[in-house]
Amino acid sequence: MTMIEALRSAMDVMLARDERVVIFGEDVGYFGGVFRCTQGLQKKYGEERVFDTPINESAIAGMAIGMAAQGMRPCAEIQFADYMYPAYDQITQEAARIRHRSNGDFTCPLTIRMPTGGGIYGGQTHSQSPEALFTHVAGLKVVQPSTPYDAKGLLIASIEDPDPVIFLEPKRLYNGPFDGDHTATSQGWAQHPAGDVPEEYYRIDLGKASVRREGAALTILAYGTMVFVAERAVRDTGVDAEIIDLRTLLPLDLETIRASVEKTGRCLVLHEATRTSGFGGELIAEVQEACFWHLEAPIVRVTGWDAPYPHAQEWDYFPGPKRAARGIARVMEA
Amino acid sequence: MSEKQQDGPRLTFPHPPARPGERADFSSLDIPEAGALDVPPPEIDSIASRPYANGMIRVLNDAGEAVGPWADYVGQVSDEALLDGMRDMMRTRAIDTRMLNAQRQGKTSFYLQCTGEEAIGVGFQRQLQAGDMNFPTYRQQSLLVAAGYPLEALMGQIYSNDFDPLQGRQLPIMHSARDYGYFSVSGNLGTQYVQAVGWAMANALTRNGQIAAGWIGDGATASNDYHSGLLTASTYRPPVILNIVNNQWAISTYTGEALGGARTYASRARGYGIPALRVDGNDYLAVLGVAKWAVARVRAGHGPVAIEWFTYRVAAHSTSDDPSAYRPKDEARSWPLGDPIERLKTHLIARGAWSEERHAQTEAQITDEVRTVQKEVESHGTLVDPQPMSSASILKGVYAEMPPHLIRQRQDMGV
Repeated sequence: MTMIEALRSAMDVMLARDERVVIFGEDVGYFGGVFRCTQGLQKKYGEERVFDTPINESAIAGMAIGMAAQGMRPCAEIQFADYMYPAYDQITQEAARIRHRSNGDFTCPLTIRMPTGGGIYGGQTHSQSPEALFTHVAGLKVVQPSTPYDAKGLLIASIEDPDPVIFLEPKRLYNGPFDGDHTATSQGWAQHPAGDVPEEYYRIDLGKASVRREGAALTILAYGTMVFVAERAVRDTGVDAEIIDLRTLLPLDLETIRASVEKTGRCLVLHEATRTSGFGGELIAEVQEACFWHLEAPIVRVTGWDAPYPHAQEWDYFPGPKRAARGIARVMEA
Repeated sequence: MSEKQQDGPRLTFPHPPARPGERADFSSLDIPEAGALDVPPPEIDSIASRPYANGMIRVLNDAGEAVGPWADYVGQVSDEALLDGMRDMMRTRAIDTRMLNAQRQGKTSFYLQCTGEEAIGVGFQRQLQAGDMNFPTYRQQSLLVAAGYPLEALMGQIYSNDFDPLQGRQLPIMHSARDYGYFSVSGNLGTQYVQAVGWAMANALTRNGQIAAGWIGDGATASNDYHSGLLTASTYRPPVILNIVNNQWAISTYTGEALGGARTYASRARGYGIPALRVDGNDYLAVLGVAKWAVARVRAGHGPVAIEWFTYRVAAHSTSDDPSAYRPKDEARSWPLGDPIERLKTHLIARGAWSEERHAQTEAQITDEVRTVQKEVESHGTLVDPQPMSSASILKGVYAEMPPHLIRQRQDMGV
C-alpha cells in the first residue's frame, strides 16, 4: 500500500469496527479528499459516517470536539497543516484541556489529520511543519508516521486513543519514500518493505519510537520525511549512525532515545520545521539533560531555515541529504 | 501624506445611549406591546421567521398580566410551578450576592454575577429533559440552579476547596456538571457555540432523542465561532437551540459594536438560514413559552433555531470591573424591561398566588439557606483561610493515563 492507501485502510477498519467513528473535513466525503485518503469511504459507510464540511477549520475542530465529548470518535481532516491556524483556538484551548479542566467530567477522544511538510514546491502555505505549535500544548498527543505500515497502525491507535491526537501526515511520503534527492526518479511504496501493509486491524502504540537503523557512532533523531533523508545521509557519509524515527513526538519516547545516545555518545536532530523554538530545541534539551555525561560532542540540529517556506528555492530550504551529511560531519568531528 | 479631503467616506463608531454623568436613555429602543406576536408553526423557516426576529415576544404586560397567543401557548402553568421558577431566580440572585461579598472579603479571587438575567436560564432549563446538554458561558449559573445542582458543589467551585468537583483547576464560575446538562465552561469566548452544534450532530447521528443548547453573549457574537456555530447548524440542521443573550454590554463595550449595522442579533441568525426569534428576556413567561416552543421544534427534527434574549446586564461585568466608568450609574433602573423577579412577582400577585409579604419571607428564607451552605463550604477553605489542595492533582487528568514526562514532573514535585 501507499501511505494514502494505508491511511484510508486505517479509517476503513475503524469505521467498520466502531460505529462511533465519523470522518469529516473539506472535500473528504463524495470526492474522497484532495489526496484521495478517504476515497470510497462515504460510498461504503454512508453520509452519516463520512461527510464534507464548510471551509471553516475552527468549525471542523469545534464540531469534532462537541461530537467527541458526546461520545463519538471523530477523525477530522484539515486539508493542509498550514491551514490549521483558524482551528488553533479550538485545538489548544478546548480539545487539549477539556479532560483536565472538567476533572474528567468531559473528555475529547478525537483525531485531527493534517498533511504536513514540504519538498513538493508547496510554497508558503502548502509546506509548513507546525508540530512545535502542538507539542507545546499540554493535553495533546502529536504523531507523525514515516511509512505506510506505521501510518495505518498509528492512525488506528490515534482514533482509539481516549485523548486528542494531532496526526501529521508528511505528504511528500504519501506516494513513496523520499530521501531529499529531488533529481532521482521517485520510487513508489511497492518497492519498500514498509509498503507491505496488512488489510486487517493492527495498532502501533503511541509514545513508542522505532529504531530504523542500528549503529554505534551517532544517534540521529528524525521523523517524517527526514527519516529517509537521514538514511540517505548515513549511506553517503558511511558513518555508522543509529537512526531513530520518533513516530510520536508527544509523549516522547525518551527511553529509546536515552539508550541510543548513551551507547553512541553523539546526537544529531533533523527536522523540516524552522529552527528557532522548533521541536528540535526540545529534543536537544531532553538529550542534554538525560545524557550529558555520555555526550562526546555538542548536539547539532539540521532544520529548515528561520524563514517562511519559499517556492523557487525549495531545495535550498528543505534540509536534504547534503546538509544532513554536513551535520553528521560536524557531530563526528567534535 | 496628502492633505485630508473635507468630503469623502468617514467611519462610524457606535456609541451607547449614555455615558457616566449623563441621563440613562433607552428611548430609541422599540419595545413592542406584550402579546403582539403570534406563535409560529414549529417547522417555520428562516424567511418566515422575520417578524419574530425583528419584533419581540413578550407575554407579561405592565400590569403583570399574561396576554396574547404566547400566554395561551405557555398554557396553564400552575402557581406552584411559577413559584418554583421564582425561587430559583431568587436563589440565583442570593448566590450572586453572597459570592460577590465573598470576593470583596478576599475569600475567592473572582466572581461574575448574572443579575437581571436570571429568568433566561431558570425558565429555559425547565423545558429541557435529562440528557439534554447546555453549552453555557460563564453567565448561565441560573441553568445550574434550576437543574438542582447542589449548592455545595456550586460554591465549592467558587472557593476552589475540597467541595470543588474540579479540584481547584478552574477559575471561579467555570463550572462543569455533565449530569446536570452543563458543559464545561471555558474562558475562551464563542468556542462552545460550535461545540454545541457538534454535540447535537452526535445526538442526531446516534438518534438518542436528546438536544443541545448553545449560549453566547452579545459581545461574543463577534467571535469566529459564532459564525461557525450558525453556519454548521444551518448546514447539518442538528437538534440545537442557539441562544444569544443580549445584555447590551460586553464589559465596557456597548452592544452596537458587535451588532454593527444589523437590526437585531436574531435577524443576523436568519441570514444563515436559521429561523430566529427575539424575546423579552426579563419576562419569565415569555422565556417559558419560547423555550418550550424551541425545544419542541428541535426535538421534533425541524432543525435548529436561534433565540435572542433581550435583557440588561445590571451588575458589573465581573468583580474586576467598575461599570460607573463607562455607563450611567442608574442605567439599570431605567431599563424598560424591568427586573425579571419583580415582574414575575407582580404577575403572581395579580393572579392572587403571591404577596409582598410572602415574597419578603421567601427571600429571607433563601438568603438564609444560601448563607448556611456558604458557611459550611467556607469551613473547608477559602483564599483567606486556605486548606491545602493536593499539588499532584495538577498533573492528573491532563491525559487519561499519565505519560512518562508527567510522571517525571510529578517526581520533581516531590509528591
